[in-house]
Amino acid sequence: MALLELRNVTRRFGDFVAVDNVSLAIEAGEFFTLLGPSGSGKTTILRMIAGFDLPDAGQILLDGRDLADTPAENRPVHTVFQSYALFPHLSVADNVAFPLRMAHRPSEEIQRRTQQALQQVRLPGKAAAYPHQLSGGEKQRVALARGLINRPRLLLLDESLGALDAKLREEMQVELIGLQRELGITFVFVTHAQDEALALSHRIAVMNRGRVEQLDEPDKLYGFPRNRFVADFIGNINMLDAQVLENTHGHLQLGIDGLGEVLAPSMPGPMAGGHGLLALRPEQVRIVAGSEDIDLKNRFSGQVRELLYHGDVTIYTVALANGALFKALRPNSTPGRATFFEVGDAVTVAWRHDAGVFLHD
Amino acid sequence: MTRPTISRAHLVKWLVSSPPLLFLLLFFVAPGIIMVVASFRYPGEFGGLAALYSPTPNLPSGLTAEAYRFFFSDPIYAEIFVKSFAVALATTFICLLMAYPLALLMARSPKRQRDLMVLLVIMPFASNFLIRAYAWMIILGPQSALSRLTNDFLLLFHAGPVPLLFSPVAVLVGMVYVHLPFMILPLYTNLERHDPLLLDAAQDLGASAWQRFWRVTFPLSLPGIFAGSALVFIPALGVFAIPDILGGTHDMLIGNLIKEQFLGTRDWPFGSALSILLTVAALAWAGLAAGLARRWRHYA
Repeated sequence: MALLELRNVTRRFGDFVAVDNVSLAIEAGEFFTLLGPSGSGKTTILRMIAGFDLPDAGQILLDGRDLADTPAENRPVHTVFQSYALFPHLSVADNVAFPLRMAHRPSEEIQRRTQQALQQVRLPGKAAAYPHQLSGGEKQRVALARGLINRPRLLLLDESLGALDAKLREEMQVELIGLQRELGITFVFVTHAQDEALALSHRIAVMNRGRVEQLDEPDKLYGFPRNRFVADFIGNINMLDAQVLENTHGHLQLGIDGLGEVLAPSMPGPMAGGHGLLALRPEQVRIVAGSEDIDLKNRFSGQVRELLYHGDVTIYTVALANGALFKALRPNSTPGRATFFEVGDAVTVAWRHDAGVFLHD
Repeated sequence: MTRPTISRAHLVKWLVSSPPLLFLLLFFVAPGIIMVVASFRYPGEFGGLAALYSPTPNLPSGLTAEAYRFFFSDPIYAEIFVKSFAVALATTFICLLMAYPLALLMARSPKRQRDLMVLLVIMPFASNFLIRAYAWMIILGPQSALSRLTNDFLLLFHAGPVPLLFSPVAVLVGMVYVHLPFMILPLYTNLERHDPLLLDAAQDLGASAWQRFWRVTFPLSLPGIFAGSALVFIPALGVFAIPDILGGTHDMLIGNLIKEQFLGTRDWPFGSALSILLTVAALAWAGLAAGLARRWRHYA
């Protein structure tokens, strides 16, 4: 049995359907992420799990028991809020001890467990400090310690790393994974940052307009998006309108308007004459000088329109013969100064016949 | 263009702050000094103050601590002080009990209703304070519906009729009525600023409604409680119009006693000494409250 199960959960605000018939199951010990743009319903789901909101239809079950009649304060579910919501009038130790105090634990136990929790988040020296004396990362750790001290069945993280700067964020991501593995508590993480979702999660539910578009492991989501929304939302991707010419055992032959034929990995479903999109990640696309020969069948010439130098890689935007813009990524891994193509250079973009995904209309 | 220098910034700061500083110096510090000096002088033959230097030796002149000695010579004056403090404390406490739920309700109402309620709270200021005090004379007077209802009710239990007006109860009612807005407004201002997310967080972490109030809302509102209490307590301590109007002749508070020295007995040195003692007592009290408040300063 799943730890947490949503069964046909719907939540409306007036005419707006925030959560539209969502069903999903979260296993014990999992790092589960709800990923989606703002307004996609992910935060509403989180609030319903926490008990701040109730579904209009459907059920939320924890260990098989319906939570509908359990108020937020009695659910074994704690939340780490985006702005941390630390109590400004309480010291770090008192903030962390708060859930234990509410549960009327003996003071000896409160003291011991508070110390232990502060050690876990590497803040033992800050017990007497007040929230306003802490840095963003420290506040984040206090909020985590406070959320975890009572050993909830489920820890909800609402855009919890959103307020941190990039470097600290990466540090906290590593810590979060370590903490989750160490404690074995199920985490449900809500974010709109797809890179964060990919880095942290065991499984990700991509949400859009109140529905789950795809629920998968990070590499599956990235490598095999099921539809246009998921492909577009996660990472960078090139999409070309394509027509199915032939779908045989080995490969899928596609025709692209104004360019010609390409080969893509075969998949069950598409029939000759069907339409769809060929989705291809920029890192799967090779870019070479127009004059250079390249031993790949999927190959088109074009002209560099733009380039973005990221340090580790350079991303080129190439205009193809049919006017489509195509992104290609080139790692700057060769020793010495990186060589570039300039805007206007004639180049060839090419990719392997087993790269990319065909998204059937 | 040159950057404004530090000294020019200083100049601007002084220019802006000097009119109120001068005003306070002229109309608060200077009269204060005059009062201190007056409290150490002899009363004049026909009221007012005796001369500091008199050529005729049979008339008292110079400085004396007689007024202070007189204060401590009769326990009645200390009693009036204690009574005044008790009335001011009771007023503050009743105001707090009445204002807190209202301020909380206001702070948690939708924005439009909030503004309307603030308007209603400050509305009484539109009419004169004395007129409102006199209105209470009618409400509490023997012919009033309230008086009759109360006494009819008491009759059911074979209790004799009681006058509502000219009683300590009337004074307290008037005091609470007049000072209530000064408690509501700072409390409301404080409670309105509370982040509602903190209550969500508390609930999420297992706090019941009762615990959420006592563990989060109440401690966070302490600065508002201190501010409101100071705004009620200090004026309540010096008030004389309310006991004059609603308390009758036997309910004398420090305010009445001081007023009496200047306008009735015409013993200016004693009136001044009483004022100084009141000021010192009130300051000591305020210092105590500020000391308490400082303990909660870290999250202001």
